[in-house]
Order: sequence, then structure tokens, then C-alpha cells
Amino acid sequence: MPISRPTDVTATLDALAASPDADLLAGGTDLVVEVNLDRRRPEHVIALRRVTELAGHDTTDGRLRLGANVTYSEVEHDLAQLVPGLAMAARTVGSPQIRNAGTLGGNLGTASPAGDTLPWLLAMDAEVELASPEGDRSVPLANFLTGPKSTARRPAELITGVRLPRVEGPQHVSKIGPRNAMVISVACFAIVLDTTNRRVRTGMGAVGPTVLRSPDAERAVTQALDWDALTCPEDAIDAFGRACAEATAPITDHRSSAEYRRHAVGVLARRALRRCLST
Amino acid sequence: MTGATESYELDVDGRALPVAAAWLGESLLYVLRERLGLPGAKNACEQGECGSCSIFLDDVLVNACCVLAADATDARIRTVEGFGDADHLSDVQAAFLGTGAVQCGFCTPGLILAVHDLLDQVPDPTGLEVREAISGNLCRCTGYGRILQAVEEVKATRSGASGPRGESP
Amino acid sequence: MSTGTEVRPGTRSGLGQSVRRPDGTPKVTGTFAFSSDLFARGMLWGRTLRSPHPAARIRSIDTSIAERMPGVASVLTARDVPGRPTYGLEHADQPVFASETVRFQGEPIAVVAAEHPELALRAVAAIEVDYEVVTPLTDAEAAIGAAPIHPDGNVFRHLHLRHGDLDAVGAVSVEGSYEVGMQDQAFLGPESGLAIPVDDGGVELFISTQWLHVDRDQVAACLGLPPERVHLTLSGIGGAFGAREDVSLQVHVCLLALRTGRPVKMLYSREESFHGHVHRHPARLWYRHHADPDGRLVKVEARIVLDGGAYASSSTAVIGNAVCFAAGPYRVPNADVDGWAVRTNNPPCGAMRGFGAVQVCFGHEAQMDRLAAALAMDPVELRLRNALAPGDELPTGQVITGTAPVREVIEAAMALEPPPLAATDPPADGTMDLPGGAGLTATRADVVRGTGLAVGFKNLMYSEGFDDASTANVRVELDHRGEPLATVHCAAAEVGQGFVTLAQQIVRSVLGVEQVALRPADTTIGSAGSTSASRQTWMSGGAVELACLAVAEALAERAGYGGGAPDEVLDLDVVELLREGPIDRTRAHHHPPTEPLDEDGQGDAHVSFAFAAHRAVVDVDPELGLVKVRHIATGQDVGRALNPQAVIGQIEGGIAQGLGLAVMEEMLLEDGRLRNPSFTDYLIPTALDMPPVTATLIEQPEPGAPFGAKGVGEPPTISSTPAIVAAIRAATGLELPRIPVRPEHIALAEA
Repeated sequence: MPISRPTDVTATLDALAASPDADLLAGGTDLVVEVNLDRRRPEHVIALRRVTELAGHDTTDGRLRLGANVTYSEVEHDLAQLVPGLAMAARTVGSPQIRNAGTLGGNLGTASPAGDTLPWLLAMDAEVELASPEGDRSVPLANFLTGPKSTARRPAELITGVRLPRVEGPQHVSKIGPRNAMVISVACFAIVLDTTNRRVRTGMGAVGPTVLRSPDAERAVTQALDWDALTCPEDAIDAFGRACAEATAPITDHRSSAEYRRHAVGVLARRALRRCLST
Repeated sequence: MTGATESYELDVDGRALPVAAAWLGESLLYVLRERLGLPGAKNACEQGECGSCSIFLDDVLVNACCVLAADATDARIRTVEGFGDADHLSDVQAAFLGTGAVQCGFCTPGLILAVHDLLDQVPDPTGLEVREAISGNLCRCTGYGRILQAVEEVKATRSGASGPRGESP
Repeated sequence: MSTGTEVRPGTRSGLGQSVRRPDGTPKVTGTFAFSSDLFARGMLWGRTLRSPHPAARIRSIDTSIAERMPGVASVLTARDVPGRPTYGLEHADQPVFASETVRFQGEPIAVVAAEHPELALRAVAAIEVDYEVVTPLTDAEAAIGAAPIHPDGNVFRHLHLRHGDLDAVGAVSVEGSYEVGMQDQAFLGPESGLAIPVDDGGVELFISTQWLHVDRDQVAACLGLPPERVHLTLSGIGGAFGAREDVSLQVHVCLLALRTGRPVKMLYSREESFHGHVHRHPARLWYRHHADPDGRLVKVEARIVLDGGAYASSSTAVIGNAVCFAAGPYRVPNADVDGWAVRTNNPPCGAMRGFGAVQVCFGHEAQMDRLAAALAMDPVELRLRNALAPGDELPTGQVITGTAPVREVIEAAMALEPPPLAATDPPADGTMDLPGGAGLTATRADVVRGTGLAVGFKNLMYSEGFDDASTANVRVELDHRGEPLATVHCAAAEVGQGFVTLAQQIVRSVLGVEQVALRPADTTIGSAGSTSASRQTWMSGGAVELACLAVAEALAERAGYGGGAPDEVLDLDVVELLREGPIDRTRAHHHPPTEPLDEDGQGDAHVSFAFAAHRAVVDVDPELGLVKVRHIATGQDVGRALNPQAVIGQIEGGIAQGLGLAVMEEMLLEDGRLRNPSFTDYLIPTALDMPPVTATLIEQPEPGAPFGAKGVGEPPTISSTPAIVAAIRAATGLELPRIPVRPEHIALAEA
């Protein structure tokens, strides 16, 4: 049968086992476009829209789980209190129509270096939940993303959701595109100030083969911050921006130059940190 | 037809419409336009970057070009054709006509659905909210000015219409 | 010629009123038939094979596999073209299919007709072409002296305008070099058409085009058919802006229909559309302006090189315009302008809204600001001091005999107070409103504001001796209820601008008949000329007016007024007179003759001119290079606003395209290859990019123009771009000699 429309994870995994090369269809904003543009010819599609376990979110043991079918719009409108940085990122995705269709699972599965939710998810140490006939496993996002549009997902596996630790503290996500709406990321920066564990965590998009962190910059600024007052010396803020820029490995393409991307991430890092501090 | 085909039924504007032996790769946009005779959703980019093919899928505004038609079974599809005809224009359609929001008209059906979606969810949006809500619908003719005016007129009419029902001023 | 018919006050839906579009209801209900919506029983789908290489020799083409594929009805190449193997608007230098030489990426090699678009796509992929790839010639300046890449040579036109004393110099001179990237019209409705074979061996083509008759003539020549066997009907058009002036799929789809004996539909994908039509010429400009110490222009020197790409299209006329308008709407006693339009292996360029005036306006307006700075003078004052006025002479030697409210458009654009920075200071959610939008990249402290002014002009109608006449038929009769009904037939292409509305308004105002029907535009009536050059209101509006006046004369005759008295018609009992039967009149409207430019670029080449000024206010985040245009104020010379709402629509839409060229729109080429043929990467302004526009219409009726109206479509696109860039310069202090201005041009210059 060319299209499978399973309603639960077990049936999805069965369908996947029967045809490991099947295309997994969530919001369609990547897969159907590739078909329209003649870059992919589907032989068998497994449609995930009806799989109930992939919907919604829940919290267990202080860890938040977002289902793979959660759309950008749901994040933007319904989850802004729970995951403010992700909501900021979600609002920059494509258009309202795209945000209504596109899913977190799709953003993870496509694994574009410019994927808009990925920098924040990386900064949050998110773990990707994968189900397979052999059982479930979760993989830290940093290990899940193995390169441009390539992931650690095995052929028989299904992305069921993403798990996030509870993190207290300010956060910010900013993204650059050469238009004020509906634009692919030229550079994206996410920052999370974990005030409980007193750690600064970052994620950078569209400035490397996959989303990147800047561990040196994180370490240095974590030490420079006055965590009680939530302030930071100006020179340390500037140094943070520079260190983040240095941690990038951008390319030049038709969307931007490597030089601009590196520069821009440095500026975004500095500004994002400043937004998270007390004024 | 070479390649995988599929037969299914779609619920479009309240009608159950059969689709026979369609190629698996056909988008909902293609099936609406070429198989079901509903050309109101337009094909301008086929990659979700223009909004011309906006439709409602289970009351959610999406681009029909990004929906695999064979996956749109058991969903309520609503197209511009289901929103009003020449004798029964919706208030948004009427406002587009009256304000000069229509030039070539290619983006118009998608924009009309986007504006309905916005005003159903946010009855009194700010100017910036209106702009953001229609930012996924490209228009190359109007520069959006008359379209924004049309939205203002619908807002004004709707709030005026709701006044007599006793809502507080 | 127009009689300058008075518009009767009180005409409910006549001239001067914001009348609704007759095609509006089908457009808002989704039932309007665009060319991409057409279908016919038994229809096949056509698809084009295009060269992936910008320059190549074709060693062989093997279509045998594709021909044998199930569901494939026909595969055609150059050897299947029965008539003239080439086409072109001004010079037939473009092959219907490349057979030996490929001159641009995307050039058609073959077409296929199949039962389903997917089958057509697979068949196209199965055609084997053996290419010998050649190094493309992509530098326009180098092309002038390079070995010819086409038998007709590499120079489409070289025009050297010399006017006045070429040795004159000013006390102050400023020099600058500028560059304009390749813009695409990016209409939303992709190229599409439906061809149906006719029993007499001819073909019927339903097509979205700007000019039915010039398409018909080119198609007929390539098909080897007499023009009367090729019948074109206009289908719904999803925007045009110049990109539908040239033939794209017209010949291909007709060939397939004639070969298969079945209806064939072709519909370009967005990527194909980017390859399938001409674009705005990229330009390199060099300028030297001379002025006296009071700021009066003494001389303008310029060199203009336009990259016309692989085929001629309308390059010769575009460079003509660029040279004529190179100095801008200013009094320039002495001028030396050297203009070139050349052939390269880049995508072909031709008509786009503004047509040659856009490119030079970016240069001359940057120069005026530079000159103002050198003179320590207010740039607005400098422009006012040099503003053209009626009776002034252009650098072509042509004296402006019509209106030229240059001072008025400038003053109107400058009249409003710019919105203050603080007034838009963002509330909690307001960061959306800053440069970077939802990307939340900036706070108010990161942003600086700038204001810039620019002024531009261009010709209305075709120039240099071209008689682009228009024909219209008006028939009046009594309908089944005994009410008067007028029916207009005109081949003018309605591309969204509202000619259909205007035609009805004219009939109502001139004949007093409220009920006006429109026959589909087609080739059974004479040519209306192209919907371009801001000309249809004047030319086809004028033809409809003349036909109405002829009808009025006939009515007057029936009523016993011997000499015919059109002004009396509104007082006649039309119903009574029409009981004798319908009256039907066809009239052609010609504009006054013009003459070609001579070898020095001198001559009365143009019919009329329209002017506009734009003042832009922008917010810039200099460190990130992101720009948000906050406001545009414009004054535009419209002659008379025949439908004010439609005029405003043209102004706002034209400004949006000017904004796009200023800050985001460019077809990016690398060795002749297009890197961004999609709406993901060729960015056009969204509702969050377009600012509010305040427009002041300057209404000075143009002598000789039907109803005194000037065309309004192009001026908004000409000076909006340089106004925005001037504002960015004012905000950042950068030179910004190239458009579109990209974030890195600002951010990395600052850093």
C-alpha cells in the first residue's frame, strides 16, 4: 500500500519495519515540497498525522516532553510560558500557514543546519526520543544531529518527541534573515541562563554544518556573570560575542557570506546575553 | 500512471469527493485544482512560500501545496469556494472588493482565507498583528495597502455589528 | 486625437470615481479563470527540457527513450519547428529551441506532451542531450569587445547622446560609480497557456500575455501559419510587470497541440518561471555631474552598460530609455551619455516596470545627493533649483510641451512631517516592528533612522517613431429588458491594473450608458498594443473614447442632429433611438508621431512624460545591516486620476517593487547560473516589509491625453528605490553604491 495512515506508534513501527525506506510524513512542509520540486519521488509514505502518542506535551519527574507532532503554532501560542525560547524560535519559522503545519519532529528529522528550533533545543540539552521495535531510546540532540540533514535516527526508528530538563532563568532566541518575515535563517542564536545550576548555555544555527554550541564562550561568561545580581561586565559581554563568533564554521552561499554570518552571530550573542541580564 | 497510485475520498467544503487512482506524489493543491475542479487555491510557488494556495484543514490555515492529498483523508477541507459565492460574499470578500484590495487577484483567495482566520481568532488585531498574520501571503500588485484597509473595514463593521447586542462600549 | 471630453458630474460610476472592478467578484470567490486554471477534455500536459548550462554546444539530442514512454504523446525539438526557427520582440534572434548552441541556463531544448504532469516530467528527464560545455561570457563590459556569441554580435545597441557644449565644466563636479542587480518581475501567476488545435489546421491559444497581437505574429511565424489561423484569447493574468511581454511557452504549447491533435496545457513551475521570462537589466553606471556654485547643473556625463543577457528582447528600447532619462528630471544644458546594451550568456533581460529609467534613477539620484553634499546645499533645494518645468529642453533636445510638475511632486513628497522615532517606540511586543522583525534581533537602542528623497521620470507610450496604436469597438443596443447596454471589445491585456474598470467608466461618462459589458480580449479585433509603458489608459482608453464618440455621433444623427454633436448625447433619448437597432463603431487611437533618436541621441522621441518623487524614512540596525522601511511619502504626476482607488493601488504596488530592489530582490548569478530561482531565496516584500504610504496625486491635466490622464504604473517603481537607499545612506553614512543593499553591505562596512 503506497500510503500508511497509522493511528498509534506500534502500527507506525510495523509499517516502518515493512518498508524501511518509506518517507515519514508529518507537517509536509519539507517532504511534500521536495516532491513538488521533483527532488524526491515517494514510493511509500507513512503519514504520522493521526498517531495520537505524538501529539501534545506532558511533564514527568520535572522533565517536559513535547510530542513530535506539536506544531510551531502550538509552541508559539500555547507553550510560550512553558518554553519561552522555543516560542520565540517558532514564531520565526516560515509563515503562519507553515507554522500551522510544520512540527518539532519534522524540524528534528530534517535536521537542516538552519532549522529554527534546533539552536534553542541544543542550548537546553534536549534529548530526542526515538521508538523502535527493539525499544525506546533517547539521544542527546548534540549526538542526534550528525551533519547537514543527517541524524542518528536508524531506519526502523521513529522520532516520538523531545525531552527537556526544567531550567529556571531568562532565555532569548534571535534569528537573522534578509526579510522581516518568511525567511530562511542566515544566522540564529539561542541563549539560556540556567540560574539554578549557574550555567550559560548556547546554540547557534546556520553557521556550521549543524547547529553548534560555543563551550569556551559559555564557560567564560558563566564565570564572569554575577549570578546573584544577574549582571555581567561589559568587556565580558563583548568577549562572549567574540568567542561565540569564533566557535562558528559558516559557509558562503547565495543566502549570505561566511564573514557576515560569523559577524552576525557575535552581535546576536552579545545582544541576547544583554537582554537576559538585569538592566 | 507510473509510480504508486492511491484512491481515496476527501471531504471538501462539506462534500465527500472521490479521488481515483491518483499518483501518490500529488499535493492537495494539485488534486483540488486538477482532479476536483476547484481552482480557487492558486499555484504560485509549490513550496509554502507564497500563501496563494491557503486552505483550511480541520479549521487550521495551511498551504495546500504542502499537504499530501492522500494524507488529507478524514480531515475537513475548506476552500475559498466554500466561503461565499457571487450572491453571498463574506464580509472579507466584500471588503476586498470595496477597498480596491484586488488587482490581478492571484493572491486574493489565499489572502481572504488568511484574513478570515485572523479575525475569527483575534477580532481586534493591531496593525502589526494584521501584517504578521498575512505575512505568509505574498502579493506582488498592491503593496498590501488596500488589503490592510480591507481588514480595517471588516474590523470596524464587525465591531459595529456586535454593538447592538449589548457588548460594552 | 482626444476631444478632451468633459466628465459629467454625477455620473455614478464614471470617470473620476473609485469604481469597483468588474472582475472583482470572481476574483474574491476563487472562480476567476487564470490561465493556469484552464482545462479541456482530453488535455495533455506540456513540459520543457531546459539546458543546465549557460553556454554549451549541443553535440546530439536523443529523444527516443522519452518518445517510447507510456503516456507520452509527443516530444519536439528544433527540427520540429515548421516555420521561422527564431522569435523576438524587436529582433527575431532567439531560437524556439536551442539546437546547436546554448546561450543561457534554462534555454529550452525540447518539449514533451504527456497524459499527466508527472509523466511529462519523467519524459523530459529521459531526453539525453550531449553538451560540450563552453566557458560562458558573463561580464557585460567584456562582452563589448569579446568574440561574438551570436551571429548578430554582442552589442544590441550603442547610443551616444551628445547635447550642448561637451567641453563645459562646472565649478563643482562629483563622480560616482553605481551598480544595479538583476531584478525579477516575480508575478504570482506562473506562465501558463492552453492550446487547442482547430479543424482548419490552425490553433487557438488561451494565454496570459501583455500583448496578444505581437504574440500572435511571433507564434504564427514560427508555426509557419498565416496569422489569421492563429487565434489568441486572453486568459486571466496573475500579474505581469513586463515579464509577459516576450514569448515564453506560446510557440511550444501550440506546436504540441498541432502535433498531437489534442489540447495541451503548459504551466511553468516557479523555478521554470525564473528561467522562462526576461528580467530587469542589471546595470553598471558611471556618472560625473558638473554644477555652478549656486547648484545649477552645468553638465552630466554618464556611461551606462546594461547586461541584456543572451537574446535581444527589448534591450534596444531599454537602453534608449536609460540614455534619454540618464540625467533625471532636471534641466541639464550639456550632456554626454554613452549607453550600451550588450549580449552575454546571462539570462535574457527585457521589460520590467520602469524600463531603463529605474537603473539610471538610482545613479542620478545618488549623484544629486553627492552634489548637494559637495555644495553644502540641502538636497531638496538642489533638486528644486534644477527641476524640469514645461517648456524646458531635455538632453535629447526635445522640448516638454505637456505638463511637468516636478516641483509639485517634490514638495508633495516633502510636505508631511516624517514619523518621529519615539512615536513608534515599541511596546512589549513591539520589537516585531524593528529591523529584523520576529527575529528579535534588535532593541530600539540598536537602531538609527534616516530619511531620503528621490525624484524620477519616464516616457509614457512607445517611443522613437513607433506607432503603438490601439483599437476598440463599442456597440450599444437594448438588452432583453429594453435597457441600453454597451459592449466594449478591445484587445488590451488586463494584467491587474484595472483597464476593464476604466473601459466601463469611459463608456458611462461619454455615452451615459450605465450597463457596460466587456468582451474577452482576443485577436478578432485589431491590436491594442502592449500593456506596458504606462500606456493603456492613454492608448486603449483613448480608443474606447473615440469609439464611444463615434457611437454618440451616430446616435445624434439618428436623432436628426446633422453634424453629430457628441456633447448632446447624454441628453438624447437613447432607448428610443436604439429601438432602430444596435450601433456599432470601431476606432483606432494613435498618439502623436515621434521620431527616432539620431546618432547623437537627439530627437523628439517621446510622446509624454510622468514624474514622481518619493521620500523614504527607514530604520537601520547598522551593526547587523538589517533595514525596515518605516514610511514612504510620494507625490505623483497623474494628469487626472480617473479612478483614484486604482491609482493608489498602482502607487503602493509600484513602491513595493521599488522597495524590493532597494533591499532584497536580486537574481544571483554565478558564472551565468541562477542560484536562487525560488520564492525561498528570491525574496519579495511581505506585509511586514512594506511601510504605510502617503500619496499626493498631482492633477494637472495633460494636453492631448484622453481625459487629461497620464499613465501611473511605472513612476512609483522608479524613484522609490533610490529614496530608500538615500535614507539608508543618511542613517549610516555609507556610500552604498549597489542595489539591492544587502545586510553585509552595511554591517561589514561598519564593523
